[in-house]
Amino acid sequence: MDVRFDGLQAELDQPVSMGTTIIAASYDGGVVLGADSRTTTGNYIANRVTDKITPLAENVYICRSGSAADTQAISAYVQWFLQQHAVDLDRHVSVKTAAKLAQTMVYQNKNMFQAGLIIAGWDKQGGGSVHTVPLGGTLLQVPYSIGGSGSGYITGLCDKLWRPNMTQQECQEFVVRAVTHAMARDGSSGGCIRTVTISQQGVKRDFLPHTRVPIAYGEMQQPISAAS
Amino acid sequence: MSGIGTGYDLSVSTFSPDGRVFQTAYAQKAVDNGGTVVGIRCKDGVVLGVEKPVASKMLVDGSNRHTYPINQQSGMAVAGVSADGRQIVNRAMQEATQYKGFYGEVIPGYVLSERIASYVHLFNLYWYVRPFGAAMLMASYDSEGPQLYLIEPGGTAHRYFGTAIGKGRQSAKTDIEKLKLTELSCRQGVVEVAKILHTVHDEEKPFELELAWICDESKKEFKRVPADLAAEAEQQAKAAMDEDMDS
Repeated sequence: MDVRFDGLQAELDQPVSMGTTIIAASYDGGVVLGADSRTTTGNYIANRVTDKITPLAENVYICRSGSAADTQAISAYVQWFLQQHAVDLDRHVSVKTAAKLAQTMVYQNKNMFQAGLIIAGWDKQGGGSVHTVPLGGTLLQVPYSIGGSGSGYITGLCDKLWRPNMTQQECQEFVVRAVTHAMARDGSSGGCIRTVTISQQGVKRDFLPHTRVPIAYGEMQQPISAAS
Repeated sequence: MSGIGTGYDLSVSTFSPDGRVFQTAYAQKAVDNGGTVVGIRCKDGVVLGVEKPVASKMLVDGSNRHTYPINQQSGMAVAGVSADGRQIVNRAMQEATQYKGFYGEVIPGYVLSERIASYVHLFNLYWYVRPFGAAMLMASYDSEGPQLYLIEPGGTAHRYFGTAIGKGRQSAKTDIEKLKLTELSCRQGVVEVAKILHTVHDEEKPFELELAWICDESKKEFKRVPADLAAEAEQQAKAAMDEDMDS
C-alpha cells in the first residue's frame, strides 16, 4: 500500500513540463507560430488545451517549451520590459529586441531555467522574423525553428518541407503538418493545434480542435458519429 | 553682466525672482563665447563643422578634436568648454553601448538625444555640481533617416534642419536659412558649411576647420570628411570669401 502511495506522490512531484512541440516559420510578409496543447505532470496530462503561444507585445509572440513555470515567469518579465521600452521608443518594439530580452534572462539564469523559446513576429524594420532561444541561452535568427520534445521527430520532415518565400496559406499548412506529425509520434505532445499568424495586417489566432487534427499514417480514422 | 543676478546666481539650485536659473544662463554664455559649430541636415545625411581658433603655432594640426563618433550611426560636435563636452561624449558612448547590449539593436537618434539631454539636465538640478559649459550638435542616421539634434547646457534637446552655436551663430544661422537643405547633397553641404564658417570667423586670427559627416557616401557611418574633400571645400570657401571682398 505504501508503495502505491509513494508512486503517486512521486508522480505528482514531477515538475509541470510542457513536453511539447513548438514551431515558428516565416513567410513572405510575416510569420506563423504553431504549437500543440499538452501540459504534463509526469504521465498525467495537467492541461490538454494549453495555450503555449503567448503575446509579448502586439506584434511579437513567443512559443514556450520546457518548464511551464520558468517560461511563464520569463514571458511576464519580457512583457513588462517591452511595455516600458515601447513607451520610451514611442513606436512598436522590434522582434529582435523582444528576443534579445528573453535571451538575456535565460542566459543569466541558465543554471536554474529549463526553457526552450521561439520568439517570432512582424515589425517595420525587419518584416517577419523568427528568433530561437534554446536551453543554454543562445540567440539565433532563423527562417524557421522547431522546439520541444516533439521536434526531434520532425527535423527531417521540416528540412524536406520547408522552402523560402511561401505564401501565408502554404506556411500555415507547413506548420500544421509539422505539428501533426510530431503529435503522432511524441507521447508528450498532443491535444489540439494552435496557430498564430502575424503580419503587417495584424495578428490572427487559429485553433484546430483534436477531432480536426489531420490523421497521420497508421492512426485510426475518427468514428463517423464523432465528426464535428 | 555681473550684478544682474546678484544673490540668486550663486547656485544652480536657486531660482531668481523672475524665474531664471542664472547658473544655467552662465553656462550658456560659456558656449556662446566659444568657437562656432554649424550643423546641417542635407537630403542624404548630416554635416557638422567646427571652427577651432588656433591658440599657438606649436599645436599639431588635427589634434584637439571637437567631433567624436558615438557609435557607427551617430556622432557629436562640441561647442564651449571642450573638457566638459568630452565627458558628455563619453556618457553618450556608454548609453549607446549599453542600449545595444540590452535591447539587441542600435540606439535610435531620438532616444540617444533624450538620454543625453536628461543627463545634462541632471547637472542643473543639484547644488553640489555645476552645469556643463558645453553644447552638442548630434548627427544621427538610422532607419528614420538623417537627423540633427542640438543639446544645450540647460538639458534641452531639439531636432533641427540646420543650426549653429558659438560666437558666430547669428550670422551662421542666417546663412543656413538661405540654403535649400532638402535639395542639397552632403558633398555640397560640406562646401556650404566651410563657406559659412570662413565667413563668420574673424579673419585676422588663424583657425582650423574640422568637418565631419554621416551620409550615404560615408556608408551611413559617422566619420571625418575625407581630407581631399575637406581641402577642396576650404579652397572653395576661401575663393568665395575673396570674391565677396573684391565685389
